[in-house]
Amino acid sequence: MKITTKIPTRPLVLGLLVLGFSAIVLGRAQAGGGHFYSPVADPVVKEECGSCHLAFAPSMLPASSWKRMMGELKNHFGDDASVDAATAKQITDYLVANAADTGGRRFSEKLLRGVSVASAPQRITELPKWVSEHRKVPDWEWRHKDVRTKANCVACHADAARGYYDE
Amino acid sequence: MRQKLTLTLLAAGLALAMSGASSAGPREDQLATYASAAKSANPTFTRFAVERGKTLHTQAFASGKADTPACTTCHGKEPRAAGRTPAGKAIEPMALSASPNRYTDPAKVEKWFKRNCNEVLGRDCSAQEKGDWLSFMLTQ
Repeated sequence: MKITTKIPTRPLVLGLLVLGFSAIVLGRAQAGGGHFYSPVADPVVKEECGSCHLAFAPSMLPASSWKRMMGELKNHFGDDASVDAATAKQITDYLVANAADTGGRRFSEKLLRGVSVASAPQRITELPKWVSEHRKVPDWEWRHKDVRTKANCVACHADAARGYYDE
Repeated sequence: MRQKLTLTLLAAGLALAMSGASSAGPREDQLATYASAAKSANPTFTRFAVERGKTLHTQAFASGKADTPACTTCHGKEPRAAGRTPAGKAIEPMALSASPNRYTDPAKVEKWFKRNCNEVLGRDCSAQEKGDWLSFMLTQ
């Protein structure tokens, strides 16, 4: 019975506190903290959606958006980005499974605020959360020769391809 | 010792080069496919021309999309240098000497001819145009 008293309770409690605190912070960083969006892992999706632009994280749009986009590839923001039917199905399945309101929910809690899923938004850069996060970026920065388009995340978020969108 | 190693490496390199020359790779196969298609479209066709390929690559067309009048709009004027897509993504150089892994997947080559000819010329490229262009890039 004497053994129990030998355990140093103070460092133990402190250690547990630190652990618990980091778990909360880490958990927040990974879940809806707003700056991490799990990048595309599927090689086909990466290749087909990542040749012209960054392969945007599926958790940045709801499933309805991805379905609509994949159905309108003939006019993909002005370009014909059609792929064959089998590839299209594989890409759609992946995007829908990892979308902001399905498998990727834990990354996108805040991004979907104020978004009507039924309207199937097509531009990530028009989501209210995206707009408010970027409100302080001046016009000349968007026009900078290394940026030029709001779809060019990596111009400012160096680690975007790995899923990190910190400032 | 070192001399022996160099010799062995040289022999291996030579063997590799010889095997490459004797059995056609995917690039040669694709060129041959384009050549026979070009021949059946135009009986007077004889061979692809690097110069015509260069012209195709650098020429500005009015028939495609206004923001992409030429191949060089995105790929850049220098085939050995990287280009950039309108969305800001880097494009590996098109010249084979600068991107030695290019043009080994015929389906990928076809996919991009289809997309890019449509954007720049507003139509499909002919087999002869594809062969000319590919021949140009293989020599660059």
